[in-house]
Order: sequence, then structure tokens, then C-alpha cells
Amino acid sequence: MPSTLLSPNVQEKMGNVERSAEVEEAAKSTGSSFVRRKKRLPLSERVIPKILLACALVSIFTTMGIVVTLLVETVAFFQRVPLSAFLFDTKWTPLFQPQHFGIWPLLAGTFMVTIIAGAVALPIGLATAIFLSEYASDRVRRVIKPILEVLAGIPTVVYGYFALTFVTPLIRAVLPETGIFNALSASLVVGIMILPMVASLSEDAMVSVPRAMREGAYALGATRLEVALKVVVPAALSGIIASFVLALSRAIGETMIVTIAAGATPKLTLNPLESIQTMTAYIVQVSLGDTPHGTIEYYSIYVVGMTLFVVTLLMNLLARWIARRFREAY
Amino acid sequence: MDAEKRLVVRKWANRVAAGVFFLATMLGIAVLVVLIGAILRDGLPWLSWEFLTNFPSRIPEKAGIKSALFGSLWLMALTAPIAFVLGVATAIYLEEYAKPGRLTRIIQTNIHNLAGVPSIVFGILGLTLFVRGIGLGRSVLAGALTMALLVLPIIVVAAQEAIRAVPNSLRHASYALGATRWQTIRRVVLPAALPSILTGTILAMSRAIGETAPLIMIGALTFIAFVPTSPLDAFTVLPIQIFNWVSRPQEAFHHLAAAGIIVLLIVLLSMNLTAVLLRNTFQKRY
Repeated sequence: MPSTLLSPNVQEKMGNVERSAEVEEAAKSTGSSFVRRKKRLPLSERVIPKILLACALVSIFTTMGIVVTLLVETVAFFQRVPLSAFLFDTKWTPLFQPQHFGIWPLLAGTFMVTIIAGAVALPIGLATAIFLSEYASDRVRRVIKPILEVLAGIPTVVYGYFALTFVTPLIRAVLPETGIFNALSASLVVGIMILPMVASLSEDAMVSVPRAMREGAYALGATRLEVALKVVVPAALSGIIASFVLALSRAIGETMIVTIAAGATPKLTLNPLESIQTMTAYIVQVSLGDTPHGTIEYYSIYVVGMTLFVVTLLMNLLARWIARRFREAY
Repeated sequence: MDAEKRLVVRKWANRVAAGVFFLATMLGIAVLVVLIGAILRDGLPWLSWEFLTNFPSRIPEKAGIKSALFGSLWLMALTAPIAFVLGVATAIYLEEYAKPGRLTRIIQTNIHNLAGVPSIVFGILGLTLFVRGIGLGRSVLAGALTMALLVLPIIVVAAQEAIRAVPNSLRHASYALGATRWQTIRRVVLPAALPSILTGTILAMSRAIGETAPLIMIGALTFIAFVPTSPLDAFTVLPIQIFNWVSRPQEAFHHLAAAGIIVLLIVLLSMNLTAVLLRNTFQKRY
């Protein structure tokens, strides 16, 4: 019995079990659209999700590309330089003889910049966030927030120029022994660069603290300061700390400011008035020169890049974990 | 201390703190004003029509930013479509097609982590993959591909938010009329989300136009005295030309850098303005 002779009703009653291969065949050959439409979507509905998925996978491939690239060349590096020399040497001089490959001077430079930048950006950023979320009127906030966004959108090469031609002379006027390239000037400006990030992410966290909690405190006679410090900040603490970690991670990865203003002298020092070198600045220094492919100097940028990638990745994961793990439920 | 005295102290503490918080906020704004002031002071006298239309030169008085300006233009013209298509496609997939599950979660987490990867690491990727790996050389195209991957997370997140903001009632209405899923996305969801997506894309592009480090990595820092004519030509961009001038010891080149910065900031500001206007004009309420 050809299926086309059946009314849809009868066919439905027959159910899937009854619909034999022969019936399917017949449906296909006669071009009956009834059975087919149920089975097959139009071409666009089948192909487009796959294309979209392929696009979404590009970001996965990007991460894999980064990891594989760094890993392969890092392995090549460690085939020539023993890991112990990388971890225990205290000098970093891959670009001239005698070559040393101790990562610590670069790490020390990077962390000095990060710590000073954090000392500037974290307190000021948090204070800004408290002002915007607890003290400022709507009108004031509507003016100040876009200005902070402008600050966040300024290219880092511009900040580098500012550090070298404005902040450094200022520091040298007060402390004449400061070098033209010094860690302090670069760090202060990195601090200014990450300030809007701390302020806006912390403010987001604080604004999402429900009004009822503030009003409870006000009803007990608390001042604005007490509400801010004893209710809002503790309630938003996970978001605030996450914003701190993210901002510090940004400071670690910052490149142009430190390349322009902090110099190119990898050394273990605690004196911020001296020239230092960060991991990022080293990578730029090598790629500015014409380093031939396959040399040890060439591989060294991948080792430093790998270190940088791992450190910032861990910090970004930490920030996400803090934000999730310690989120207060209201 | 009796209660009344304590109240006075608490009120004063509040007032002092309000002042401190206000000053902290003003500090950021003050720095912005000083920064822009210093740059205008250094660069404005050097800004001229010749500065825009001359190629870089060893003689500061004759130096200009023509090649950098065109390089930035080329880079944007190639980066924007690549990043836009990839970013919007990813967002549509994640918001409209993906079922909650392992793969979706991995993609989502991965995009967030990519957003936090230092830009210079993208430079290393670009150098290895595009410049050397598939042999594009130190070309505009290699730079654009690198830049597209760098800004991709920004566009994806912006587009996801835009798509999520389209109310479900619109989708249901479309399905009720017999539209398929893709027809609904293409004719209902995307048009409604487009202004927000474009705003996000413009902001991502303004990030790309100011990026320096990844392009230095892929080798865009050579003396370029011509305008690129094809995607495979060598190039330089505004931030790199600025960096080039800043790194020279002579004072005159610093002034050129400042003049270049003014041009760069004007470009950025007009892009941001466009984004804001776009957002305000097309903001729909459902």
C-alpha cells in the first residue's frame, strides 16, 4: 500500500513502527513531502549551526595555538639551556656574552612594577568606587563614569610618553639621583592605567549589593561611611578582590609603558629609582632587534612569554574563582 | 565617651571620608587633564597639514605620519570584518544554538580567559603562526589577523549581551508565524541586536587602533616611506610611529610623538563618540 494514498491521520495512527523502509522509499520517490519534512530541515537550518560552531571554535584554536606555540619553542629552549640555569641563575643576559638565563631579574622587575602600580591603583580605585556608588548623586556619576572610561581607553603608548616626558622629569626634580629610565615612573603610570579598571569593576560589585541592606543599616542610625565600610564593602568583597586581582594581572602584562619608561636593564634590585626590565619589555627588546630564527635569543622570548602567560592565566582564573566562590547570596 | 560626643565624631569621620573619597575620584580626572594638557602643549605647535601628508623622515621638521595613518586605516579595514564576522557568529552560536553542556562551557570560559591574555602574547602567536607559520611575512594581513584574534573576545561578549537583550516574545512571534530558527535569527534577532553589536565592535576597534605591542612583535616597526597597496605589503601604524619617535633621545622627536598622539586621540575620541551616538539613537525599549 503506497503511503501517499493514506490521509495524514491514518498515517499517524500507524505510528513509526509501522512505517517500513518500503514506505519511506515510496515517500521519497513520489516526492511526498509529508514524511520528509518531518525528518529533514531546510539546508540553512542544518548547515548554518555548523558554520557558527566552527566560528566559535576559532577562540578555542586561538588558545590552543598560543599554548602549543609557547610550549614547542620552550621545549626547544630547554634542550639547550638547563632548567636549573633558568631557575637558579641570578642574571639574565641572553643578548650578550657571557649569556645567563636566570629568569629572576625579569620577574623581580615585573613584580616591582606590579606592586607599586597596585599600591597606587587599588586604594584610589576602591575609594573612587565607594564615592561613585555610595556618595555621588546620579548626576555626578553620569559625568564622572564616562571620564573614567576615557582614561581606560587611552592607548598605553600614550601613557608611556606621559611617563617618560612628564612623570620622570617630575620625579627627577624631587629626587635628582633618579635615572632617566626608572621603575618608579613607569609603575606610577601603570597604576593610573589600571585605576579605571579597579574603580569600575569594584563599583559594579558594590552597586549590585541590594538597597535593603543599606537601608537596614541607615535605619539603625549608621552614617554613610559606616554603611559603606561595614555593609557594602564586606558584601561586595568577592567582586572587589576579583577586580584587584584582574587589575594586577593587567599590570603584569602591560608592555608599552614599561618598555618606554622603565628601561632595559634586567637586574635584581629593590630600588625603584633605577632602570629595570620587565618580562614584557624584554620580549619587545628582542623583537626590535633582528634576531635570527632558531637562535637561543630567539627561543628566549618564548620562554619569557610562557612565564608571562602562565602567571597571568593563573591570576585570571583566581579572579574568576574568587568572584564565584565567595559571592554572597542575598 | 558619651553617646552625643560619639555621634559628633562619627559624623565628622563621615565628612572627612567623603572628602577623601571625592579627592581620590578627582585624582583620576586630574591626571587625565594633566596628560591631555601636557600632550597638547608638546604637540600642538608641530601639528600641521604637512605633518599629516609627509612620510617619516630623519629630519624632524620634514617628518610626518602619512604611512602610519594609511597603515592604521588598512589594518582597521582588514581587522574589522574578520573580527566582526567571527565574533558575531560565535555569539549567535552560544546564545541561540548551543545547548548547555561541556563544549559550551569550555568555549565560554575560554573566551573569558582569552580576554585576560596579555596582548604581547597574541603578538608572539601572530609572529609564529601568521608571519612565519603560513608565510604571510610582516604584512598588513598578518597584523590584521593577529589583531582580529586579540579583539575577538570583546566583540563576542558585547554581541552576546546584545542578543540576550532581545526579548523572547519577538522570537516567539516569529516562530508563531512559521519562521525557522535561522530565519528568526536573521530577520528578527540580529536586526534588533545590531546597534548594540556595532557599538561593541567600534569599541573593540578603538582598542585595536591603539594597540602597539603585538604589532611590534610581528615586525611592523620598520622605516616605512610608502603607503601599502595590498594586504601583503609591509606597514606601520600610528602607535608604532609614536613609539618610534618616543624612543629617540632628541627632544624634537618627542614633539613629533606628541603631535602623533593628538591625531591618535582625535581618531579614538571620534570613534567613541560614534559608538555613544549609535547607542543613544538606536536604543530600543521593548
